[in-house]
Amino acid sequence: MFALHEGGHVPVVDPTAADGVFSLAWLVIALPLAGAAILLVGGAIAPKRFAAFGHVLGTLLPIGSFAISLAMFLSLLGRDEGDRQVVQHVYDWIDVGGLHVGMDLLYDPLTALFLLLITGVGSLIHVYSIGYMAHDPRRVRFFGYLNLFVAAMLTLVMAENYLGLFLGWEGVGLASYLLIGFWQHKHSAAAAAKKAFVINRVGDMGLSAAIMLAFATWGSTSFTVISANADGASEKTMTALGLLLLLGACGKSAQVPLQAWLLDAMEGPTPVSALIHAATMVTAGVYLITRSNFVFERAPDAQTVVVIVATVTLLWGAVIGCAKDDIKKALAGSTMSQIGYMMLGAGLGVAGYAFAIFHLLTHGFFKANMFLGAGSVMHGMDDDVNMRHYGALRAMMPVTFLTFAMGYLAIIGFPGFSGFWSKDKIIEVALAENWVVGACALLGAGITGFYMTRLMLMTFFGEKRWAKDVHPHESPAVMTYPLIVLAALSVLGGLMLAGGWIQDFLSPVVGEEVEHDPPIPALAVTGLAVLIVAVGVTIAIMLVGRRDVPREAPQDVSFVTRAARADVYGDAINDELVVKPGRALTGGLLVFDRSVVDGLFSGGALTVGGVGALVRRAQNGFVRSYALSLLGGVLLVVLALLAVNLA
Amino acid sequence: MDSVTPFIVLSAILFTIGAVGVLTRRNAIVVFMCVELMLNASNLALVAFAKQHGNLDGQIAAFFVMVVAAAEVVVGLAIIMTIFRTRRSASVDDASLLKY
Amino acid sequence: MIAFNVLAPIMVLAALGILFVRKAVHAALLLAVVMISLAVLYAALEAPFLFAVQIIVYTGAILMLFLFVLMLVGVDASDSVVETIRGQRLFAILGGLVLGVTLVLGVGQISLGTVVGLSEANDGGNIEALANILFSRYVFAFEVTSALLITAAMGAMVLAHRERLTPKPSQAQLAAERVRSYGEDGRHLGPLPAPGVFARHNAVGTPALLPDGSVAEDSLSRVLTARGTVRPAPRDVEAVQRAIDFAPDGVPHSETAPDGRTTSSSRGPGSTSGPAGPTPGDEGGN
Repeated sequence: MFALHEGGHVPVVDPTAADGVFSLAWLVIALPLAGAAILLVGGAIAPKRFAAFGHVLGTLLPIGSFAISLAMFLSLLGRDEGDRQVVQHVYDWIDVGGLHVGMDLLYDPLTALFLLLITGVGSLIHVYSIGYMAHDPRRVRFFGYLNLFVAAMLTLVMAENYLGLFLGWEGVGLASYLLIGFWQHKHSAAAAAKKAFVINRVGDMGLSAAIMLAFATWGSTSFTVISANADGASEKTMTALGLLLLLGACGKSAQVPLQAWLLDAMEGPTPVSALIHAATMVTAGVYLITRSNFVFERAPDAQTVVVIVATVTLLWGAVIGCAKDDIKKALAGSTMSQIGYMMLGAGLGVAGYAFAIFHLLTHGFFKANMFLGAGSVMHGMDDDVNMRHYGALRAMMPVTFLTFAMGYLAIIGFPGFSGFWSKDKIIEVALAENWVVGACALLGAGITGFYMTRLMLMTFFGEKRWAKDVHPHESPAVMTYPLIVLAALSVLGGLMLAGGWIQDFLSPVVGEEVEHDPPIPALAVTGLAVLIVAVGVTIAIMLVGRRDVPREAPQDVSFVTRAARADVYGDAINDELVVKPGRALTGGLLVFDRSVVDGLFSGGALTVGGVGALVRRAQNGFVRSYALSLLGGVLLVVLALLAVNLA
Repeated sequence: MDSVTPFIVLSAILFTIGAVGVLTRRNAIVVFMCVELMLNASNLALVAFAKQHGNLDGQIAAFFVMVVAAAEVVVGLAIIMTIFRTRRSASVDDASLLKY
Repeated sequence: MIAFNVLAPIMVLAALGILFVRKAVHAALLLAVVMISLAVLYAALEAPFLFAVQIIVYTGAILMLFLFVLMLVGVDASDSVVETIRGQRLFAILGGLVLGVTLVLGVGQISLGTVVGLSEANDGGNIEALANILFSRYVFAFEVTSALLITAAMGAMVLAHRERLTPKPSQAQLAAERVRSYGEDGRHLGPLPAPGVFARHNAVGTPALLPDGSVAEDSLSRVLTARGTVRPAPRDVEAVQRAIDFAPDGVPHSETAPDGRTTSSSRGPGSTSGPAGPTPGDEGGN
């Protein structure tokens, strides 16, 4: 279906050694990593002293990383297009036998954009967290974890080889585990953290298997080596590699079938949801597939699977988003859906990589904006997350409302806002490749319009439904300023597309699209998309805006709603397909172990013991009996001697 | 006096009698005497072989056996006495607590 | 060879006797027979030194040690003939027979060749020759035996030693105790009367006679009384008593059982009838 684009050139990772400002690349990771070390160790040694300035330090370090990233980005822009790949060798990491892995940092346009997103949005979330976590006694530790997360994510996107990427990948998993379960005293948070960790392990298994396969095929895990020698491998190998990488990406990016952890992960503090589950961590899968374009371009079957997974996920997430009353879970469903769009873009190959990254960036802006906005709402509503208890908050929280509205308009793809440009491009490419996928993407856009409008209406419009003792109020400036910045980015993010800048910028990494005529003109696609979104919005207004929203969720609802409320039975499916057979297998193994294995061992022991119990009767304590056996021995020896001598 | 074989045969007979005595008698002192009988029987064989080979080493060995037997008797009888003192019995069957 | 022909049957019979006699003392005596015979055989085998050592060490020292311990343990404690371990006797005899037959047959089958004889080795005297070997080739083993003997002596001392649990009473304490018991219970202060002495009998088992011719029970060891090895008072005592018509209270002082053994007495151990003196029945001084 998606054959390798004839004549399309798959770019090779061929970096030059770092110099100038690029030699500071290691600092981008080192700063937040040092922050994590200082805050986690120091916070444990001198909690009171660190409580005074820990959050400031924890915020300044990512900002420092952002400054370096910005400097490197500007410096990169100054270079020729063919000279925009830089590698910095920090130290030899692993050097055993045939495995040589250096701690190498790759800086190219893809990494550059990711660095800006991670450090930029990450810094804003740090700032926001100062206010959001102000009353938490463990704020220093929280900032330590946040820094650790940022450092791990930076390692992930800066690594020049799959092993380094895997290091960051696991670090992200660890930090995510720590942050989701930050309020570990809540049983649900601890369970969610564990769930995220376990499901991520499934994906990690795929990624580690992919790394092993790559090492077995090329004897190296370096992007440079693999991309240069990619033609040497058979398509079967490439397909296997692609599928394994996709498994890894599914785990991190919450794609079907490994999507179940994302909704539960909303148990973490809201900035965590914004940072990890909207702007950065879940995009790691998209990054992985885009970075591995030299693999996927040679494995069309794997690309097909990516597209299928992405399409299913974008609808799956959208459906979930429609039914959730928990504002964060509704946003999480939306995240899942939007990541599906990105994966779809990445799966579509050269035509889509750039737009996947583009959508990733804009989504990073507006989803972080909305998550932080949701956090601001919760902050004012005594940490109540149920939208049925909100209503008419626009007057109480004007800044939050306005910034949230910017994010809202961006995500539904209101013309001119960032989401409009990025999503539209992906739908366009999808329609050009395959009309079924394109139609699903369009449908997803319509559903997005529905659930986001529902969320908006239930939260900020309608009658007020909050309890008497709740006094909604606007959040402090330290929380609203990041909202404003992110809102601005949500609005203006589309500028990156101006003049096809982002495609050109990313082309050294993902390749240049071969121009071909779409089956329907781009303008028609745009119009169609806007129309469908408008339909979705209208339905939402009809269903939610024109009626009273009950404070309690009605139970006599249709099957579809029930399914959506149950995460489209994601957990039930996992239960039936994995948990129950696993339990049965474990129980069976236990019985096998107890009866057969233990039986063999203890049976042997019992036999020996029984024989011993019989034989020990010979030890009757009578010296004369022992002397008799001695005589028997003497007889045996004498007779044996005679037999030998006579024979 | 042409052969020492009769002495060896006598030695074997005495040794066997001593062994049977050890196995059948229950009085510890008598058992001990039977042990001495066996030692003496072996001494006889040693001395006889010394003559057979015209070599005094056999007699030296018998001498050492006697020395060791003397030491053994001293300790053995002391043990028997100690046991008798505590258990009021010289029967080897009575001291049979060290068992299964 | 004559010595062998005479002694061998004696030795075998004596050794077999050890197996069958019930009293340990008899076994020890039979063992002595075997050992002395063995000494003679050593002499016949041109081992005069071992002949002497066998008699001195084995028969003299070791066997005496046996008898000494037997005395401590109880001379006449005899074995029960009932075998307690099932099959022990049967298998012991069977095994012994098989071993003996095998050894005898095996040794009998072997042709040892010409006897070299020790006349050459014993040329300068058996003891000198033995000493030459013992203090040259076997000197280390010889020295080690000294350690063995010292260890054995130490071991025997440690084993036979009995820890005293109460302080040893002094002579003054004993005297005070005796006087106190006299004061409280009226127990006799002086020594017990000695047994009577009759040359015809085991003197210790013969009771002393009081001046009136009655038996002084205290003069006999209680052990002997319990064993029933006490001699009766001589019969002529009664004749003497009749002759002098001695009946101070008209009651005979001793009851003599028909078999002539003193079985009981009406006189308590604490009762005294005055100082013992020579009586007509005494045939000598105490």
